[in-house]
Amino acid sequence: MLKKKKKDAPEINGGAMADIAFLLLIFFLVATTIASDKGVTVMLPPKAEDVDVKVKTRNVFNILVNSNDDMLAQEEMVDLPKLRTMVKEFVLNNGKDPNQSESAAKAIISLKTDRGTSYEMYIGVIDELKLAYAEMRAMFLKMPLEDYQNLDKENPDQKEKLDRARKAIPYKVSDAEPSEIK
Amino acid sequence: MATFKKKTKTKQDIPTSALPDIIFMLLFFFMIATTFRESELLVKNSLPQASELTKLEKKSLVSYIYIGEPSDTRKFGTEARIQVNDVLIDPEQIVQHVIQEKDKLGEDGDKITMSLKIDREAKMGIISDVRQKLREANALKVNYAANKKLRNF
Repeated sequence: MLKKKKKDAPEINGGAMADIAFLLLIFFLVATTIASDKGVTVMLPPKAEDVDVKVKTRNVFNILVNSNDDMLAQEEMVDLPKLRTMVKEFVLNNGKDPNQSESAAKAIISLKTDRGTSYEMYIGVIDELKLAYAEMRAMFLKMPLEDYQNLDKENPDQKEKLDRARKAIPYKVSDAEPSEIK
Repeated sequence: MATFKKKTKTKQDIPTSALPDIIFMLLFFFMIATTFRESELLVKNSLPQASELTKLEKKSLVSYIYIGEPSDTRKFGTEARIQVNDVLIDPEQIVQHVIQEKDKLGEDGDKITMSLKIDREAKMGIISDVRQKLREANALKVNYAANKKLRNF
């Protein structure tokens, strides 16, 4: 009888597997662009027939940005950090100064840009306004700005706070209408 | 004096048999995290910086519009243009594009978010044109894509 050669269980050489996996890994590493979908969210006003809303002039904070990216706030030339303090003063006036807003809920920011204004400047202004409102709301809720920014919409308790702040200090910025050249 | 015999029985090589497993794990992570850019950019697109950012939720409800100077200036000129999907379009065609995108979403069409990826050097003229068209198309939720800016108070 022939003696069967008893071999060990046949093994597949797995040494190259790591190399293959590495190759694939490197491919995906290079191909991946981890999408950073972040940005400044705004709601545009709906397209409607022109409705004349009567707003007292004292409740409107005018910002004009020209094509040289110079900014005029309440007829005063300002830079971005100055704008923030001015907006905060204006909104939180509560009727004290007759030239500033009556109450935070009534204050409106009007932002007008020129067709030649750069987008970077525009985003800078919008960002500054958003930050001003975030700071005011944080102050309203008596918490540090960072805590306010970390409030979670999904959490009902925290959502209530956000809603309360939003109601007391609504973000009213009118910037949809471009200035017509006449 | 008593001498201690040094035990040198410990193996010197690191077991590498788990290496493929680790690599595979990484591989799967990147395979899942990868989203292939569905359209090639035809316009310059370096985003501005801002600090007050919100993250876009529900990627399926997001539609992108790119605005910037064309990369191929000899063919398309230096004036900022609008790109959707793979083509450059005029502002007039935006309404039609938004309607198509809304149709794709079916019932959720009204919840569409337009993500505007605009080059920082673009001018407000073209942007306000686009904005007017978006209002016309009733796509009111707009996100201006931006990169994170750190502020030091």
